[in-house]
Amino acid sequence: MPLAPDLAGREFPATAPYDVSRSQIAAFADAIGADDPLHRDPEAARAAGHPDVVAPPTYPIVVAFRAMTAFMADPDVGIELRNVVHSEQRFEADRPIRAGDVLTATISVESVRQAAGTALIATRSAIRTVDGEPVCTAYATLAHRAPDGD
Amino acid sequence: MVPLEPGVSLGPAHFRVRRSDLVRYAGASGDFNPIHWSQRVATEVGLPGVIAHGMYTLGLAGRAVAGWAGGTDRVVELGGRFTKPVVVPDDEDGVVVEVAGEVKPTDAAGRVRIDLTVTCGDQKVLGMARAVVVRDE
Repeated sequence: MPLAPDLAGREFPATAPYDVSRSQIAAFADAIGADDPLHRDPEAARAAGHPDVVAPPTYPIVVAFRAMTAFMADPDVGIELRNVVHSEQRFEADRPIRAGDVLTATISVESVRQAAGTALIATRSAIRTVDGEPVCTAYATLAHRAPDGD
Repeated sequence: MVPLEPGVSLGPAHFRVRRSDLVRYAGASGDFNPIHWSQRVATEVGLPGVIAHGMYTLGLAGRAVAGWAGGTDRVVELGGRFTKPVVVPDDEDGVVVEVAGEVKPTDAAGRVRIDLTVTCGDQKVLGMARAVVVRDE
């Protein structure tokens, strides 16, 4: 099954709202060993000007990953999961994600570039609160190897 | 803390990565791709063994940057290419990821770029890795 020819420029529906909790932020920080008090201590976070504890800079992937997974599973897109590699990731934060945020991610395809049998699919996931406040833009490039015989 | 003046070198910081860290990261991130925990699946798809999530390695880079910048909330941009896998053996020692940085100027007031060199053994594992951080003027 080939990639859809009209992928570039397409935008996909926003993900279901995702509630960010203090314990999730702490679990993510624990997993990468991040010991900044801003991840766990609400008082320290408030003293630094945040309404609640804040997440590590790569935490937006948790929300973006849901948009990427739905995108890759969309039969109209034509991606075969086993042929995909996450080849590049970049985050541009408007502000840190914090406990109490309810977030959605809207993924769109910026470009598709063919290189030596591999399609490089550049995506952009806009992460916003359910009230529409922009929080982070996550740029991911997915390398999709053409299935045999394509 | 080292001042974030252009030209300054930061680190290197060292992070030990074991299989248990990858399992924990899978749970915390929601990325349960078996190449990050199953030797069988990893070798079936042609990898030398279980590899760390690229995002785990980038997370370590972010941790180093947050430390240099004086707080996680000062990191406004972070990214890189996953050029080489970090292979994590099933033993107590695991592997060590090294993160070093070099401060570069930006056009934005109060912000500097940190170009990152992220290695495991003698291999560069992230390409074009960089961060932008807010600094005190």
